Amino acid sequence: MNYKRLLQPKSIAVIGVSLHNNRHPANIVYQKNRLRYPIKVFAVNPRGGEIQGERLYERPGDIPEKVDLAIIAVRADLVPDTMAQCISAGMGGAVIISGGFSEVGQTELQDRLVKMALDADFPFIGPNCLGIFSPGLVDTFFLPPERTVRPESGNVALVSQSGGVLVDQMVNFAGEGVGLSLGVSIGNKALVDEVSLLEYLSEDPNTDAIAFYLEGFSKNGGRRFVEAACHCQKPIVVLKSGRSPEGGRAVSSHTASLAGDYAVFSQVMTQFGVIEARTQFELVSFCEALSCYQDTINGNIGIVTGSGGHGALTVDFCASHGLNVPVLSEKLQANLKTRLSQSIQGIASTGNPVDLTGSAIDDDFVAAADCLSQSPEVDCLVLLVLPYSPGTTSDLGARLSEVYQRVGKPMVAYVPNLERYRMLIEGFELNHIPVSPAIEGAVLMAGAMRRESC
Amino acid sequence: MLNPEILEIISASKPWGWVLEPEAKRILSLGGIRVPRYKWAQTLEEALQFAEENGYPLVAKVVSPEVIHKTEQKGVALGIQNKIALAEAFHRLSSFEGAKGVLVEESIHGIELIIGAKIDFQFGPVILMGIGGTGVEIYQDTSLRMAPITAEDSESMLNGLKAHRLLEGYRGAETVNRTALSRTLLAFSDLIMTLDERVSSVDLNPVFCSAQDCVVGDARIMLPS
Repeated sequence: MNYKRLLQPKSIAVIGVSLHNNRHPANIVYQKNRLRYPIKVFAVNPRGGEIQGERLYERPGDIPEKVDLAIIAVRADLVPDTMAQCISAGMGGAVIISGGFSEVGQTELQDRLVKMALDADFPFIGPNCLGIFSPGLVDTFFLPPERTVRPESGNVALVSQSGGVLVDQMVNFAGEGVGLSLGVSIGNKALVDEVSLLEYLSEDPNTDAIAFYLEGFSKNGGRRFVEAACHCQKPIVVLKSGRSPEGGRAVSSHTASLAGDYAVFSQVMTQFGVIEARTQFELVSFCEALSCYQDTINGNIGIVTGSGGHGALTVDFCASHGLNVPVLSEKLQANLKTRLSQSIQGIASTGNPVDLTGSAIDDDFVAAADCLSQSPEVDCLVLLVLPYSPGTTSDLGARLSEVYQRVGKPMVAYVPNLERYRMLIEGFELNHIPVSPAIEGAVLMAGAMRRESC
Repeated sequence: MLNPEILEIISASKPWGWVLEPEAKRILSLGGIRVPRYKWAQTLEEALQFAEENGYPLVAKVVSPEVIHKTEQKGVALGIQNKIALAEAFHRLSSFEGAKGVLVEESIHGIELIIGAKIDFQFGPVILMGIGGTGVEIYQDTSLRMAPITAEDSESMLNGLKAHRLLEGYRGAETVNRTALSRTLLAFSDLIMTLDERVSSVDLNPVFCSAQDCVVGDARIMLPS
């Protein structure tokens, strides 16, 4: 099936717009797309009439042009007929917001939609979902825009079984400056599911990394997912709920008892090179790193810090996330030392962590980052930048980014999250160096780059 | 393609929902997996003849659809050194409820591993390997992979065990033959892929792995209900 008109529509029809209730999901979707997005928007309601001076079409077929995407927000029992009308009107796909299908036991009603869609080659998302959010293009979420935070346009796609979790993640993405290429809430995933979206996104030129929030797969759906992941060149991150063991279930074999649902999930993801995030914080950290760097590293970390304590904590986090912090060779250390300011040459440590001390100036950080970037002894840098130390300036983020632009070795930074450090942080982020407000977050970012190949 | 004899064994085992040990071992050997030399003896004479041909020590086990947990129900006699002990074990084991003879087999030694499989709802056939024996659920030291697995997977499964050093000659102990282990895992993975949903889970536990070989000590094949 071709998802182009479904996911990149130029025109939409919102079906179920109410004449009396402006908080109706269809009205919110109609309103926000009409006012905020560069697409043609049509409203449909069988009763006809007018809304805000625009015509309310009685049937999708009455709209005077072939609309790309239908957004269906009518009662569950009316959905099959509505979808049939969209198909005969030549539309390219649908988002079915309405609930009342398999999630409440109405599987038969849902199966009717699937059959109709397959027969007509008509892709639909949902039912029981928020649908799609594509920055600057379309937003089918029935959430008033003033109540949500939207991430910038970017290169990470986010697919979620839960609409609520998707909205949460979008807030986190916006907070950390991670841009989104596409957000999809798949709801009951009757037709369009994780696997078909993975296949679509692996070919999507606007997407460089793909993240999923998963609750569970259908029968053998996990197998199809990892097989598709194996063919995808882009990094894939998953966050899974339902990780706690299913206690108390009587099982007759040791294997059945040891290979619980989550144990299988987690190890199979690793087997196929899919990165598993265990928390929402990990998910956003991984996505931030992978939006900047899609290549894998071996996991030999060089740490540059302005404080010994930060360096020591970073070493601990690296150890617990399976990253190495190799002691630098004598030669590299000697070379590094000659490039530091006179005033810190006697007090800086160069073993790794490279501790430049609170007396370091911008030039020392740049010299250390350059020296480590040029060396094959490490393949990723973790920079611990403490803007309160008096020798450094707000330019440091931009200056360190230049080292990356020049040498090309991945680096991630930790900068305490204070509004007054914004310019320094943006000096990194606007130049595609990911920054975390937590030391562990920076280590997680480095860890995301080290993954198994399929 | 699935061997017709395997299909026959599985369909004959349906009534009790699992495959009796001698038949499970037959399925494994048809799949190219090493099992001990054994005799499914219906009479003491058959058991004694097997002993004469293969020597002692021997192991004897109850074969009964009623006895799935043989160890817990004292349905296993280890270290049988002579005719008298064999006769004694044979009589005791053949008096179990539902007994369909006694399995007599050569004694095998080595590090005890578990190799298992489960037909997972979401991922289909998956393979498990880890530290085996009766403490398998206490240690919970296992690796899982989706089948079919590759030779690299079998290496990484072993390296992923917390106790992997115990298998590599820790403090002068016997090592595990990695080639034999890998061969066993790959053959098992192939077998499970062809069995697929005809089974629900399989435990090979223990699998005795030594510097020479890996041999399946006990096998339980559970069928879907």
